Amino acid sequence: MVTAPDNDISDIKVDSVGDFTFPERNKYDSGFGITEKTVDFIADVKNDPDWIREFRHKALKVFQDKPMPTHWATKDLENIKFDEFRYYLSDGQKPKRSWDDVPDDVKKTFDRLGIPEQERKFLAGVEAQYDSEAAYSNIKAAVAEQGVIFVNSTEGLHKYPEIFRKWFGKVIPTGDNKFSALNSAVFSGGSFIYVPPGVKVKHPLQAYFRINSEQFGQFERTLIIADEGAEVMYMEGCTAPKFETATLHSAVVELVAMKGAKIQYVTVQNWSSNVFNLVTKRGIAHEDAEVRWIDCNIGSRLTMKYPGVIMKGKRARGEVISIALANSGQHQDTGAKMVHAADDTTSNVISKSISIGQGRSTYRGLVHIPKHLKGCKNNTECDALLINSNSHTDTYPAISVRGNQHSTQHEASVSQVSADQIFYLMQRGLTEAEAMSLSVNGFINDLVKEFPMEYSVELKRLIDLEMEGSVG
Amino acid sequence: MSATLAPAPKHTPVPVSQDSETPAPSGLEITVPVRDEKSAPGWFFARSEAAWAEFQTLPMPGIKDENWRYSSSKKIELADHTPATAPTAANTAAALAATEGLKERAARFVFVNDVLVESDTTNLPAGVVCVTFADALRDHSEVLKEHFMQREMTLGSAKFAALHLAHVKAGAVIIVPKNVTIEKPVEIFHWVVGDHAAIFPHTLIVTADNAEVSVVDHYRSLEGEGGLSIAIADLVGGRGSKITYAACQELADDAQALHLSSIVAGRDSAIKSFQVQLGASFSRSESVSDLIGEGSRSDMLSVSLPIGEQVVDQRTLQNHKAPHASSDLLYKNALYGKSRSIFSGLITVDEGAHYTDAYQTCRNLLNSDEAEATSLPGLEISADQVKCSHGATSGPISDEELFYLKARGISDSESRKLIIEGFLAGVIERFGNGELLDTLVARIDEKLERAV
Repeated sequence: MVTAPDNDISDIKVDSVGDFTFPERNKYDSGFGITEKTVDFIADVKNDPDWIREFRHKALKVFQDKPMPTHWATKDLENIKFDEFRYYLSDGQKPKRSWDDVPDDVKKTFDRLGIPEQERKFLAGVEAQYDSEAAYSNIKAAVAEQGVIFVNSTEGLHKYPEIFRKWFGKVIPTGDNKFSALNSAVFSGGSFIYVPPGVKVKHPLQAYFRINSEQFGQFERTLIIADEGAEVMYMEGCTAPKFETATLHSAVVELVAMKGAKIQYVTVQNWSSNVFNLVTKRGIAHEDAEVRWIDCNIGSRLTMKYPGVIMKGKRARGEVISIALANSGQHQDTGAKMVHAADDTTSNVISKSISIGQGRSTYRGLVHIPKHLKGCKNNTECDALLINSNSHTDTYPAISVRGNQHSTQHEASVSQVSADQIFYLMQRGLTEAEAMSLSVNGFINDLVKEFPMEYSVELKRLIDLEMEGSVG
Repeated sequence: MSATLAPAPKHTPVPVSQDSETPAPSGLEITVPVRDEKSAPGWFFARSEAAWAEFQTLPMPGIKDENWRYSSSKKIELADHTPATAPTAANTAAALAATEGLKERAARFVFVNDVLVESDTTNLPAGVVCVTFADALRDHSEVLKEHFMQREMTLGSAKFAALHLAHVKAGAVIIVPKNVTIEKPVEIFHWVVGDHAAIFPHTLIVTADNAEVSVVDHYRSLEGEGGLSIAIADLVGGRGSKITYAACQELADDAQALHLSSIVAGRDSAIKSFQVQLGASFSRSESVSDLIGEGSRSDMLSVSLPIGEQVVDQRTLQNHKAPHASSDLLYKNALYGKSRSIFSGLITVDEGAHYTDAYQTCRNLLNSDEAEATSLPGLEISADQVKCSHGATSGPISDEELFYLKARGISDSESRKLIIEGFLAGVIERFGNGELLDTLVARIDEKLERAV
C-alpha cells in the first residue's frame, strides 16, 4: 500500500494488491499494431476454423471503418493509440486442470490474488486468464456430471461447435460498435458456458482476468447459454499491474437465457488506473427468463460499459445493478440498455456512483419500448454521490416509450455526504475519514447486498481503501 | 434451444447514404434577406449580413447530432417556405378580428406576416420602453447591441438562429427601468398568412434592478398552407428583477414552429418562462437558462398536447454558473394518436457553483396505442453541496384516478378529459396568470375534443 500526501489522493490505488508483474515469457507475440497479418497470426496460433478466420477479417474491416464515437463519448478515447498495443500474447500452453501444473509465476500471480483459495471455499468452477489465454480452467466434478460445460472460448469453439456457432456473435453483432468489432477481430480467451435444461448450478462459476504484459490489449470473449429452466451465476474479477503506458481491455460478453432460465453475471472491475476498459455486454432473455447484471467498477482509467438486456420473450425480466467509483484520473462511464421486445416484460436499473477527488462518473442509459407491445415496465434510479468539491458526475438517460399500456419511471439525484452526518459520527469518536467511509458504505449498502457474500466483503474493503485520504 | 434469433437491434443510427440527386436549393435556403441599410444601425446591418453568410455555410444538423437525437432538422422544411409578404387589408382585418387577447393587459402589439398592424402602449408606466423591434433599432440601438442574440446557440439550432438574424424585422423590445413594476402582461400576437410563408418574430426583454414585467407571445396562423415561424426570445433579468414570459404556439396543423429562448438571470433575479405547444405538425423549442448571478432563480415550464401525427421536440439547458442559484423545470406532454414527443434536458453545474438547487421533471401521459414519448433527462455536475435531481415518467392515465372519477358517476371519456386537463393545468397555474390559465384551458378543451 503506497501512502500519499494528503493533498494528492490520486496516488492511492486500491489495486495495490494487483500491482506486481512477472517477466514475460511469451512464445507467441502478435507484435505491435493491428493489420490483416495480426488477425491471421492469431487465427494461425489458435488454429481457428475457416468461418472464424473469415469472421475475424470481416470484423477488422468494420473496426477500421467505424469512427470513434466521440460525438457523444469522451475525447479521452482519442488517446488510445491502436498501433502501440500488442493484440495477442501467450506462452503457447494449454490451460491446466490443476493449480500444481500451472507455471510458477502464473500460479504465484493467482495465489497472490487469492483465486485458488476462493475456488476451494465457494466456487463451482474457475477459469484464470493470463494475458491472451487461459492458464487454468477447472470445474468441480459434481457440476460437470450435470452436463454443465465450463471451458475457455477456444475450447468451446473446437469441442462444442454445434452450440458455440449457433449463438456466437448473435447477441452482439460485430458492427454493434467500434470496440465490439475490434474484439471480434482479435478475440482470445474468455469463457464458454452451457447449462443444460433444468440444471441449477448452486455455486458461482468464476473467471479471473489478469494482464501481466505492458502495452497489451486483452480481448476476451464470453458466451453463456442457460437452457430452458437452467440457472447459473457467473462472476468475473480482473487486475493488472500499473504500467507507465496505457493498457487496453475490450471484451464482448454474450448471454442467452432460454425459456424460464436465469443468468446472473457479477463483475468486480478493478483494473489499474491506466487501463482503457471498453466492454460490450448484452443478454437475451427469452420467455419468462431473467438476466441480471451486477456490475461494479472501481478501477481503470476510462470504463465505458453499458450492460444490456433484450427481453425477447413474454414476461422476460432484465436487471442492471451498477456501482461505480471514480477517483482522480478516472472516468467511469457506465449504465444500462434495456430493450423491450415482447409483452409484459419488465426491467429495472439501479445505479449508484461515487466521485472522489477529480473523478468523473457518468450514467448513460437507454430504455426502449417499441410499438405494439403492452404491459412493459421499466424503473430506473440513479444516484450520485460527490465527495470533493471538484468531483464530477453526469447522467444521460434516454427513455423511449410507445403506446399507452406501459409505464416507465426514471429518477436521478445528486447529493453529498452532509456535514451534519459527518459531525454526528465524529462526535461518537470516529475520525473524519472513518465517518466518510461509513457514510459512503451506507450509500451503496443496499446494492452491495446483491453481491455474493465473499464479494461484498471485498467490495467494502476496496471502497474503504479508495476513500482513504479523500477528506481533510 | 429452439428459438431462432433475429439480429440484435442496433442503437446507433445508420448513416443514410446521400442521394445522388439532391434537389436544387430553393425557398429560404436561397432567398436573400431584404434589408434597407438606412433602416438599421450599422452594427446591426453588419451582424445581419454576417448571419446570412453563416447560415449559408453551416450545414443542416445531421442525424448524428446529439442535439437532434430522436428528431430531425429536416422537419423544418426551409426549401418549402419563403419570407412572408406584406398582408393585404383583408388579411389585417381578419387577423385583428381573430385577435382575442387578455382583457387585463398593459400593452398589445399585433403583427401579421412580420408587419405591425396594431399597437396599444398607452397604459404603461413612465420610463418603460415597449416598442417594436424596428423602432428599438432606431431609438434604443445601444441596449439592443448589448443584449440582442448575445448567447451562443448551444442546443442545435445555430443555423436556424443565423437565418432568424438575417431576416428579423418584427417583434417587441421591452426595457423596464429600475424599481418599475408592470403588473399586467404585455401581449404580442404574431399571425402568419399565405401559403408557405415564414415569419421571424423576436422578443427582447431587459429588466433593470428590481423591475418586474410579464410578457406573452402568441404565434397563430390565419390561412394558407404550411407556414413557418422561427422565433427567438432574449430575456435578460437584472439584479433582483422578475420576468415572466410565455410563448403560446397555436399555429395551423400543417405549420412548423421553432422557438429559441435564451434566459440570463442576474443576481437575485427570478425568471419564469413558459412554452405552450398546441399547433404545428412539428414544433421545437430550445430553452437555455444561464444562471449567472448568485441567488438567481429560473422556472422553466411547458405544456403540450400533440395529436394526430404532431411532433413536439423540446430541448432545455439549465446552466448553473453561480452559487446559491436555483432552477426548476416542469414539462408535461399529453399525447394522442400517432404523435411523438421528445424531451431532452440537461442541468449543468459549473465548478464553483456550490449550493445549487436544480430540478428537472418531464411527465408524459400516453393516451393512445401509437403515441411515443422519448425522454433524455441529463445532469452534468462539477460542484459539490448541490441538490440536483431529475425525473422522467411515461405512462397511461392511472387506473386508480380513472376509477375514482368513474365511481362518482362520471363517464369514461369525461373522466379522461378531466384528468388530462388537470394534468396540464397544474403547470399553467404555476405561471401565475389566472386569465391566461382560463384561456389556455379552454384551448386545451377544444383540442381534446378533436383528439378523441
